[in-house]
Amino acid sequence: MNGFLHQVIAGIATGGIYASVALALVMIYQATHHVNFAQGEMATFSTYIALTLVNAGWPFWLAFLATVAISFCLGVMIERVLMRPVANASVLTHVGVFIGLVLVVSNLTGWVFDYTVKPFPTPFHDGPLLGGLISGHELGSTAVTLVVLGLVFLFFRYTRLGLAMRAAAYNPASARLVGVRVGWMLALGWGLAAAIGAIAGIMVAPVVFLEPNMMLGILLYAFAGALLGGIDNPGGAVIGGFAVGVIENLGGTYIVGTELKLTLALVIIIGVLLVRPAGLFGRVVLSRV
Amino acid sequence: MASQFSEAPPSLRSGVVRPGFRVDPRLLWAIGIALLLLPLFTAESYRLFQLTLAAIYAIAILGLNLVTGYNGQISLGHGAFYAVGAYVAAIMLDKLSLPWWSTLPAAAVICGIVGWGIGRPALRLGGLYLALTTFSLAVAVPQILKYKGIEDWTGGVQGVLVTKPDAPFGLPLDVDQFLYLVTVGIALGVFVLARNLMASRIGRAMMAIRDHALAAEAMGMDIANLKTATFAVSAMITGLAGALSAIAVEFVSPDSFQATLSITLFVGMVVGGVASIIGPIFGGLFVVFVPNLAEEISKSAPGVIYGCILIAFLFVLPGGVAGLLRRLPALLRRR
Repeated sequence: MNGFLHQVIAGIATGGIYASVALALVMIYQATHHVNFAQGEMATFSTYIALTLVNAGWPFWLAFLATVAISFCLGVMIERVLMRPVANASVLTHVGVFIGLVLVVSNLTGWVFDYTVKPFPTPFHDGPLLGGLISGHELGSTAVTLVVLGLVFLFFRYTRLGLAMRAAAYNPASARLVGVRVGWMLALGWGLAAAIGAIAGIMVAPVVFLEPNMMLGILLYAFAGALLGGIDNPGGAVIGGFAVGVIENLGGTYIVGTELKLTLALVIIIGVLLVRPAGLFGRVVLSRV
Repeated sequence: MASQFSEAPPSLRSGVVRPGFRVDPRLLWAIGIALLLLPLFTAESYRLFQLTLAAIYAIAILGLNLVTGYNGQISLGHGAFYAVGAYVAAIMLDKLSLPWWSTLPAAAVICGIVGWGIGRPALRLGGLYLALTTFSLAVAVPQILKYKGIEDWTGGVQGVLVTKPDAPFGLPLDVDQFLYLVTVGIALGVFVLARNLMASRIGRAMMAIRDHALAAEAMGMDIANLKTATFAVSAMITGLAGALSAIAVEFVSPDSFQATLSITLFVGMVVGGVASIIGPIFGGLFVVFVPNLAEEISKSAPGVIYGCILIAFLFVLPGGVAGLLRRLPALLRRR
């Protein structure tokens, strides 16, 4: 029983990471209508930057903030340089550019920081808490995730800039007419996504260890979470992300074994699409062809 | 991607032909077949193997191009069908000791069924989400192939070894030459069939669905069934290529079908030419020969070069090599 409870709590902790990436997917989708496939790879790259800074003697939280800032700038830059020229091209072109980005960033990461698996420090007291139910890092990373989710929600809901970003995505022409700089809103969205990705990367790295393909599975779990919760519902995406974390951990322990964990993401995605395509909390769109 | 529609029907086109630009198609066919047969006599066996592989990739990319290029359903998971085809062939050869030629139709049919099964739920998704879902399929494939419960058939992590068939009827060909001939012959057949399909009513319906689903539906096209059928046919073609690859490489294992395979097919499609029948030929040659080239440019990061080439193509030559060839006469005339 204690083992079961531990698996559930560990699932919630990893679920927090999926939730933040799922939220990034949904929010950024709402703000830019892009789903960046290279998000995971970019986050891994950012995590390596953080590790480099920490190894250079920076205090952890300073390195954390610096990494988030650097990632934000990189995200903005990528939008300006790569996405802007193809803004009006087809979705296929976008997917192509994303795939190109995945190839470039993941190989660049391996090239610059080499392919060996590296341990990553945790800023939290790393020992069992609550009688061994949860580790300090799990508790800490869940808290960080929740704070980030809250901040992102407040930003989009209550600030002028957040409103402008939503407007730019919802109706670019009208947004431009009332003075929103639509192009820069997209760039900001990319920057935000990269920053959130960096935070997720730093929080997950102490658990899974740092290597160039660290985030590959995480993006898929996050996507499964976003679909489960409802792809157009930020709150749903968060709950979906947590749920996928728990399902993954329980399924991996009791049903399919660790070898088939990634397949679980696929099963969830296809299952949701077949049974309830709008997700648990999504709006049912009647016809969109 | 509306470039296909710039081509006028033949009856109109003949009126604007400029003198000296018309070549007898029979001559083109003769030159093409001679070019295809040439390596049989000139290339050594490793080069011949590479060309066989390029032809196999060309078939696989053609399959992907039907569903993604012509029908607009972006798939990043076609490596999965390639893997299923390869495993069907390997299991039939190794465990059931069936003749090699029987594996090809079997792989095609099984992949067609799997493709139908994936194409149905895929109807719910468009654009980026379909791409992500199929990508998750591509990522899951090696794990599924390693699964303990089916290890008796798939050989688990070790995979399955097969051997190339000998040339029948005492033909004076070694195994590599024979396999090259078979692959190129099948490729030729599949490409002709695909061209005919795309020139048909069904083919035009596939493109209409991609370009304007609402209008297509208003014209009475059964979108759901057509899209699913396209997915199935596409999976069939790619699965056939997978079966050929199992025979050519003489080995299948889960690690040969990582997610990078699906990405490779996608890159080949973009470089060769999206929504083009001859494009996949260049795509196949690209994915076989360019990685070596990229390794020569930079030993440390061939993947970076590969990604840069992909992005460069999307920016500069969105029509791929085939698009460039199509524009070449016009570009030359302008001089």
